[in-house]
Amino acid sequence: MECQFGLSGNGYVLLAASTTAVRSIVKMKHDQDNIKVLGPQLIMSYSGEPGDTIQFAEYIERNIRLYQIRNFHALRPSSAASWLRRQLADSLRSRNPYAVNILLGGYDNATSKPHLYWMDYLGTLTNQPYAAQGYGSYFVLSLLDRYHNPEASLEEGLETLRRCIDEVEKRLVVSQGKYIVKVVDKDGVRVIEL
Amino acid sequence: MNTLVSRFTSSSSTELKALDSRDPDYGENEASDITWGSLGGFGNLGLNGIPSFNIPTVPDPTAFLRLHTDDAADSSCRIKIQHGTTTLAFRFQGGVIVAVDSRATAGSYIASGTVKKVIEINPHLLGTMAGGAADCQFWETYLGSQCRIYELRNRERISVAAASKYLSNLVYSYKGMGLSMGTMICGWDKTGPAIFYVDSDGTRLKGDVFSVGSGSTFAYGVLDQGYRWDLTDEEAQELGRRSIYAAGHRDAFSGNTCNLYHVKEDGWKFIGNYDITKLHYEGSQGAAYGYDQRTQ
Repeated sequence: MECQFGLSGNGYVLLAASTTAVRSIVKMKHDQDNIKVLGPQLIMSYSGEPGDTIQFAEYIERNIRLYQIRNFHALRPSSAASWLRRQLADSLRSRNPYAVNILLGGYDNATSKPHLYWMDYLGTLTNQPYAAQGYGSYFVLSLLDRYHNPEASLEEGLETLRRCIDEVEKRLVVSQGKYIVKVVDKDGVRVIEL
Repeated sequence: MNTLVSRFTSSSSTELKALDSRDPDYGENEASDITWGSLGGFGNLGLNGIPSFNIPTVPDPTAFLRLHTDDAADSSCRIKIQHGTTTLAFRFQGGVIVAVDSRATAGSYIASGTVKKVIEINPHLLGTMAGGAADCQFWETYLGSQCRIYELRNRERISVAAASKYLSNLVYSYKGMGLSMGTMICGWDKTGPAIFYVDSDGTRLKGDVFSVGSGSTFAYGVLDQGYRWDLTDEEAQELGRRSIYAAGHRDAFSGNTCNLYHVKEDGWKFIGNYDITKLHYEGSQGAAYGYDQRTQ
């Protein structure tokens, strides 16, 4: 039932993820942060099988950090995405695979370009201007086909993101509650209150 | 067994010997040091290699277990695991309140009405029991000994966060193998009062208000509406009791009595055991909880 969206604009990537933790029909928590900050300019939102999500996300978080400590610089978004995909692909072929879907947002300082990657638990990796996962994607993808603008300013991007959240709130049977929104750009990562 | 072993092993006969079921020593040392490639013992794990569980000798032990224990898939299964329960815990200004019912059911049969569903891990930590009774009891007691080892090693009490993470990592390593537990690890550490929800999926959540079990929805209904951070100790204890009463009244798989605990800075205290029928007709401090009794 979790929803997550991401969209890129002029020099930034926005990620939004619902903050409710559900078990059967009960909302157990209303302020769960499902977006990990992996580096100075890299963020990842995750959803999927309970238990797998947090174990996988923490494994990724620590290993990306380890890379940075060993090499004195952070992994660039495209390399991080490739490495992440490989972790999922290897896991899929192991005895108990991680069932985790991921959106990865990053800002590449070398080329001054934002990057957004969509990844599923089968190890599919695609680079997209906007992406969504969960039931929300059935409403939001068409909306973004219509309203997304790759040259939009941060304010305009947030306006589009608000449209997405409002649409899911309006049409999806189950309310998603609050969303946590993080942006990554040349200045780093920030949490945005919608 | 022998055919299985020979299919997966190509090396020397000394290795095979340890796993041969016709060997008179079989079962004594199923995995000997030789199997692990060491004569000197495997680390500090003793002389018999890595300890292991005895599992059914069928191709897929997990499926086998599920076939005989999963009530939902097959209601005529031979082993019925205790499921129905209501447990709750919440954090407030005066510490943590933990309240549970005491009914154990196996299918539609009430197996016991006097179960202790609060597991006293150590003087500062409590665990609650929902799902498989054996799984919760065993692993939370085990958690207690690990917490003691932590204390001896670090000369400091373990935090609730660390203890709950230890348990969640442990049950995650058994994911898909049939463990069934939904528990709240509650206590007071240097950060103050804390509650973590841990279940056998590997989920671990920090929060202020949790309820687990078949009666949890009924308990939430009363608990959420009466909950405030600045509850007094007496109000909080009353809220815990009332919420368990509500679940005991509405949920067929919960009931009998309510056990109430209060965790403060100097550790947990058992407040009391309350008969739910008595609460219905008489209440705990004069006012009865039952709808007819309350409104007449």
